[in-house]
Amino acid sequence: MAMYKYQWGVIKSVVFMLCLLPFGILVNDLINDRLGANPIESMHVTLGEWALRFLCLTLSLSPCKQIFGLTWLNKFRRMLGLYSFFYALMHFMVYIVLDISLDWMVFVEEINDGPYILFGVVTFLILLPLAITSLTAMQKLLGKNWKKLHSLVYLAAITALLHYFLLVKTEFGKPLFYAAIILLLLGFRLVRRALKKNKIKSVYSKRTSNREKLV
Amino acid sequence: MLIKNDDASLTKEVTDPQVFKARRKIIQAAIALGATASVSAAANEKKAYQHVPIGPYSKKLQVTDYEDAINYTNFYEFSTNKKDSTVLAQALKISPWQVLIEGEVDKPGLYDFEDILKKVNLEERIYRFRCVEAWSMVVPWIGFPLHQLIKQVQPTSRAKFVEFTTVLQPDVMPGLRYSSLKWPYTEGLRMDEAMHPLTLMATGMYDEKLPKQNGAPLRLVVPWKYGFKSIKSIIKIRFLENMPSTAWNTSAPGEYGFYANVNPAVPHPRWSQARERVLGASIFTPKRKTEKFNGYGEQVAALYSGMNLKKYY
Repeated sequence: MAMYKYQWGVIKSVVFMLCLLPFGILVNDLINDRLGANPIESMHVTLGEWALRFLCLTLSLSPCKQIFGLTWLNKFRRMLGLYSFFYALMHFMVYIVLDISLDWMVFVEEINDGPYILFGVVTFLILLPLAITSLTAMQKLLGKNWKKLHSLVYLAAITALLHYFLLVKTEFGKPLFYAAIILLLLGFRLVRRALKKNKIKSVYSKRTSNREKLV
Repeated sequence: MLIKNDDASLTKEVTDPQVFKARRKIIQAAIALGATASVSAAANEKKAYQHVPIGPYSKKLQVTDYEDAINYTNFYEFSTNKKDSTVLAQALKISPWQVLIEGEVDKPGLYDFEDILKKVNLEERIYRFRCVEAWSMVVPWIGFPLHQLIKQVQPTSRAKFVEFTTVLQPDVMPGLRYSSLKWPYTEGLRMDEAMHPLTLMATGMYDEKLPKQNGAPLRLVVPWKYGFKSIKSIIKIRFLENMPSTAWNTSAPGEYGFYANVNPAVPHPRWSQARERVLGASIFTPKRKTEKFNGYGEQVAALYSGMNLKKYY
């Protein structure tokens, strides 16, 4: 697809605005008192779910690129990843600022009382360095280690799922849906990596057997 | 058992229920005076329980907005989603309504809801309602103490527990298709808990008949226990010698006990119960510290003296 740089710029801006839309709708609902009897819970759940959705979207870009050959998808990887972090940050802020009113003691108490909050905090602490090191300069600075660091995103996906599963009482449908998507994406990558390794191995063993023949 | 109810011990947060009732009447009057004919006609329509007296065990608490109380309820028979269940519950068929009373009683039988109402005294009780999901609301219930009904049906000496069952209407309850809980929903109380004067059978709230999503036409309200004990839309009451199984306890025995007394010191295995979000409060209002027995310890703690409440959660 031959496109000028400015055309990509326009497309990127549109995608950027679309990704911000759920946040805008939420703020609008809050201002107009449309979040029901428990607006903090409503904001918290909505933001958390969007963080997970963007995480799934981000993780799905590479497989889509590889399966369908859509190399241009790479252009959106950082933006979608950062949106996942943005929604996770807002989700976390609603918890810290509104739900526990910046009370450090409550924070310690709630982490102590059950694993649900803990897994959320762990997920956020994993995503934080990934967001900071998403700058091109940091990418260059870290070199090979950048990729290693950013593979932690899979761990974040898993801890996010655990956080979700620990919250629900019986309605496992939604977390199971996201778990299926993430397992599928993770599985795709693992299979692909295994196939790659095999390829290298088989090439290597061919060479050695050839060499043996020569001897 | 000593049950005190001196006003000095009550929390003073407060909208006096008399003030609350008066306020509602002022609002109604204002609407009737100022509004168009059609609106005033609706406002003039008499509330079913407008003249029910306030009972001695009512607490002086800030009452939750009616809109919040009727739009934020769990009714898993319809849906696990609070919004969906409120809409779907409107299809619940509540008349005629009968309650089957059976088990260890001298007067078992199928009782008409209307006949039950004839033999009890309705009163208003403002109670705090604390959900296991760590939120609370304050509801002005209309109802009668359960012991008034129990005395009528005369349990035998072998009756040690009471089991309650929610109605099953598969044609209007899409939630029954999912095994989120074991249907029908059942709950239970120890006999002394059932006989306790705080234990209420509610038939209304906010001067009106119970909305369907809130458990019409007859529900239990046990204010010192988590909300799931306060079973909705009851069609069966059974007196038993042994402890009955209950819906949430069967679904996750490690998380929801038979007693389910509100206790900030005993967290749910996955989340804290130390605090609760007060429904209807501003988003900048900090969570409220949960009280042991939801603030009814003075009246009910004696029921559990000597019991390890961490073990019997």
